[in-house]
Amino acid sequence: MREEILKTLDKNSKVAESDLAKMLGMTEEEVHAEIKKLEAEHVICGYPTLINWDATTEERVTALIEVKVTPQRGQGFDKIAERIYRYDEVESVYLMSGGFDLTVIIEGKSMREVANFVSQKLAPMEAVLSTGTHFVLKKYKEHGLPLVSEGGSDERMLVTP
Amino acid sequence: MRNPLNQKVQVMKPSGIRKFFDIVSEMKDAISLGVGEPDFETPWHIREEAIYSLEKGRTVYTSNAGLKELKVEVCNYLKRRYGLEYPDKNVLVTIGGSEAIDAALRAMVDPGDEVLIPEPCYVSYVPCVALADGVPVTIELKAENEFRLTKQELLDAITDKTKILIMPFPNNPTGAIMEEKDLREIAEVVVEKDLFVISDEIYSELTYGRNHVSIASMPGMKERTIVINGFSKSYAMTGWRLGYAVGPEEIITQMIKIHQFAIMCAPTTSQYAAVEALKNGDPDVELMRDAYDKRRKFLVARLREIGLECFEPYGAFYVFPCIKGFGMTSEEFATKLLEEEKLAIVPGTAFGDCGEGFLRISYAYSIEQLKEALNRMESFVKRHRK
Repeated sequence: MREEILKTLDKNSKVAESDLAKMLGMTEEEVHAEIKKLEAEHVICGYPTLINWDATTEERVTALIEVKVTPQRGQGFDKIAERIYRYDEVESVYLMSGGFDLTVIIEGKSMREVANFVSQKLAPMEAVLSTGTHFVLKKYKEHGLPLVSEGGSDERMLVTP
Repeated sequence: MRNPLNQKVQVMKPSGIRKFFDIVSEMKDAISLGVGEPDFETPWHIREEAIYSLEKGRTVYTSNAGLKELKVEVCNYLKRRYGLEYPDKNVLVTIGGSEAIDAALRAMVDPGDEVLIPEPCYVSYVPCVALADGVPVTIELKAENEFRLTKQELLDAITDKTKILIMPFPNNPTGAIMEEKDLREIAEVVVEKDLFVISDEIYSELTYGRNHVSIASMPGMKERTIVINGFSKSYAMTGWRLGYAVGPEEIITQMIKIHQFAIMCAPTTSQYAAVEALKNGDPDVELMRDAYDKRRKFLVARLREIGLECFEPYGAFYVFPCIKGFGMTSEEFATKLLEEEKLAIVPGTAFGDCGEGFLRISYAYSIEQLKEALNRMESFVKRHRK
């Protein structure tokens, strides 16, 4: 049932616990208790909203930065990853296989802000060997959902056999 | 001027659902739980394959019975899912399950032959039997049996003119299924009385907590069963119009003749899409089934909360609640519900007279839509409960 709760919330974190209970054939109390447990265990880490900022007047710039680092004795990549992800500007950090080590995704108000972060905060770190910054031009899809409008109207006739 | 019309067609009643549709379409901003097709779009990889076939210029006829590749995949699928083994020459690819129903009846019915049709059921069996010069004989299924067909009901309906039994399970509109033990009893009667079965299994992929069993897999049944299935419900492909029939070669051969002269072949683009669906579509079916199951549970729980009695349906995407306590016919109830709450739900009588006292609620809708509709239903029920 845990997995079922998670899969449902993954698609829609706004679903009411009472509805979730009906969908999964559980009681509301059971669902509530399980969600609390998942939160406590840090399996559920938060409930953000997926926003298409391009459709607002808010200016946002996203950059994907390929970072090569020197792993540290005893701590591998975790310590340096932590030093990076602690910054508020950092949206995501992933350890990668292949030609570089960390993917760091930065959100800033402007290209200048992102550039400043990379040149003043990220690149000077002792363990960081090199960075390669790629700016995102347009976002099409995130978290399994298309960001560009698709119409999405129900094409079906109102009543069919 | 002489009457230009055929008698059989003239006396044919238009589908009961049509009448309701006309009322609904007059009404602006009505919401509906009246649709008998998936709300999902066809999975992208299937659409992509169809587009590719068009780019490749595959825009010509296929052989009458369908693409060899598709027929082979259909055989693989039926073996994999239901343990049914047929060679690909026993497959006819049709324009949806609908054409397969029509062709099977026309290939098998002689004038005066009686065809047993358990009701409530999909709207096309009775008129198709009549068009084939057969005599439709309906069997009224009962709520206390969860709308399953019982051995006794079948025995009571058989006469010496009975030739065919139509088996519409998982059922539209009731959501009823027939489990293996139920089918075994029916199969015994069918074999003993030397009948044939047209088994419409279009909803076979949509069963919940219980696996679909085909009556063709019962002892002695393969040689006397036409299995009808298709892509509309399982892969959300209603608009592609693609289904198929499998069965004994002697029957399929005759059906191919009818299909050949009436249709030529099923749409080529759809056939290429269907090959992809059968090859790589299992995960999509599972995802959609999971989603339907959650909605089903939600809907049944909500109906019980409201106090509308219904048995738990294990198939298709319909719930069939009873509204007998309201002093209204199904049609009156549905019409009032539409007028007062702007909620369109199809009256049970659209699927046969014994649907009186019931409604067909479709859950091919998002939870949000179901929630809003059920809130409207709740306020209606509170107002009208006697």
